Amino acid sequence: MKSNTSYLQKLSQFQLQAQPDVYRPFEEVFKCQIWNLDTTTLPMLNGWYMHDQQPLTRLDNGVVFGSLRAAKDAFPDIVEKCHHAFSETEKDELTMLNESQYTDGVFIYVPDEVKVANPFQIISIVNSQDDLLVQNRHVIFLGKGAEMSLIQCDDSVRYGHTFLNIVTEVFMSERAQMHYYKTENKEKESELYNHLYVHQQGYTHFHSNTVTFNAGYIRNSIVVNLSEPFADAQLYGLYLVDKSQQCDNHIKIHHLTTDCTSKQLYKGILDDEAIAGFHGHIIVHPNAQRTAAFQTNRNILLTDKAKVNTTPFLEIYADDVQCSHGATTGQLDDEALFYLRSRGISAHNARKLLMFAFANEIINYVEIEALQDRLGDMVQRRLNGELTICDQCMLSDADNRDFVFPIDPSKI
Amino acid sequence: MLKIENLHVSIKGREILKGVDLQINAGEVHAIMGPNGTGKSTLASVIAGKEGYEVTEGRIYYKGKDLLSLSIEDRAREGIFIGFQYPVEIPGVSIANFMRTALNEIREYRGLDPLNGAQFLRLMNEKQKVVELTDKLSNRSVNEGFSGGEKKRNEIFQMAMLEPTLSILDETDSGLDIDALRIVANGVNHLKTKDNATIVITHYQRLLDYIVPDVVHVLFDGKIVKSGTKELALELEKRGYDWIKEEYETAK
Repeated sequence: MKSNTSYLQKLSQFQLQAQPDVYRPFEEVFKCQIWNLDTTTLPMLNGWYMHDQQPLTRLDNGVVFGSLRAAKDAFPDIVEKCHHAFSETEKDELTMLNESQYTDGVFIYVPDEVKVANPFQIISIVNSQDDLLVQNRHVIFLGKGAEMSLIQCDDSVRYGHTFLNIVTEVFMSERAQMHYYKTENKEKESELYNHLYVHQQGYTHFHSNTVTFNAGYIRNSIVVNLSEPFADAQLYGLYLVDKSQQCDNHIKIHHLTTDCTSKQLYKGILDDEAIAGFHGHIIVHPNAQRTAAFQTNRNILLTDKAKVNTTPFLEIYADDVQCSHGATTGQLDDEALFYLRSRGISAHNARKLLMFAFANEIINYVEIEALQDRLGDMVQRRLNGELTICDQCMLSDADNRDFVFPIDPSKI
Repeated sequence: MLKIENLHVSIKGREILKGVDLQINAGEVHAIMGPNGTGKSTLASVIAGKEGYEVTEGRIYYKGKDLLSLSIEDRAREGIFIGFQYPVEIPGVSIANFMRTALNEIREYRGLDPLNGAQFLRLMNEKQKVVELTDKLSNRSVNEGFSGGEKKRNEIFQMAMLEPTLSILDETDSGLDIDALRIVANGVNHLKTKDNATIVITHYQRLLDYIVPDVVHVLFDGKIVKSGTKELALELEKRGYDWIKEEYETAK
């Protein structure tokens, strides 16, 4: 972990973007083109929620979404409840920095028993010629029995040097269910710090899937509180990095009470001199009996220079628990390679298929079919060396369009 | 089509095959029987090109070519298919993706245009019927979570897709219940033509009730010690392998 001072020194190089006063339809900047995927888009540009003088949208079923700045005035109790679900000691220095300096973010409120069919999609675009510092805070509240999915996309459209420090807080009331998908495709000059805090009450189910295709430096940290019995958290992740890219995943799961379950499955393929880290920490607190917690991290290293630091860490203070952790780092399976070749597939393509298979296991946990198909396709292209940051957005179909960036940032 | 001459094969210095001679012509079905550990699967693995098997002596000619000089994938592209005893599970690779890659690489090798998506799906639907696989096979991962019977049916399905000239089915009957056995055997019979050949490796005669062989060979102690008609299989079923062993020892 980097020290405070180095962050502060580093951060002084970056500028904050002022809030834009003129609204430009976000579709002009970006349009997600996943076929068959219908989402409620929550657009963020250079750290600001984009809206047309209407920062909060209220639906008939009571769902509210929009800018966190506006929500702080309109729904102070809910925002405060989410802010205080985690104690200060859980928050690292970047989260604290975010807390004091964030500009804006997304707010989503789903009332009791409302099941939102369309996924929400936060699309966070950075487009600036300046070295930009972006600090966003997203707050998501699910009432009792509420259900929703959220896709959070981080992309860059300029080759500037950016520093993104994003904190997302999720509060899940009892029986709520949430699927959270995180996709990242950033250019090599970017630094992205994502902090996700999930507070779960009883009988909740939280599912996350973090997919990193390209990264300058990315750190995804997830902290989960399983605070009441029968809460369940399932965290999946995939990172495909090459050159000098670096991607870290830090996970901390607190089993605070009895009968909760958690699972972590993270996989990575590393080429060239890429470095990845997986730090999975499970804490089974005293009295958290009948806990079941599993953790797996698997890596394939394609070169001698690629490096993975994996540190599974189990802290168990209860005695009736079922816990496991495992980490593997290796090459491709020879038996499978032989099987594929025995059907006429070249060694080269067999390797590619196996790498795809290895990665696709994570994609298979994506429950939105259109997103799963698209991500599967992106993994394939990434492994073929066809997907680069030049595709602008990993989710858009760069093959089928000419990308022109229509906004002149100086006019925003 | 296939001619094996005095084949000696070792694994880690231990000799498993000690001079196998075998000739198979187009249109024929051969059964290779024998007790466990006599080298039946080794023979299949050597023909497939699996690593770790050292050919110390002898030759294998396939369609007049020196088979042992071909890569694993080129053997398949030349029309050899092995139905494996223990098919590998490959989570994450869909059967459709696997077969499409294989088929198109084979077609490319033979100078044919690749199949497009629609043509491929039509072919898959047609061939699934051969082994009575009706569910959404195309999206399932290769062998992942398959029962023993499903794995073997999937092997025959692949055989149907790739239309090999020479198929070697290694213990395809092991672990199959009678219904699955019938389906697998029907599949094999359905695919039989006058231009292709099949080798069935088994140690039970029951599969041969369904797939009727032209020739039955007994492999023992790394050699083919006896060859005969399908009646030989029935005799083995009745009498076991002990008399073969005695005959072999006496002859030695």
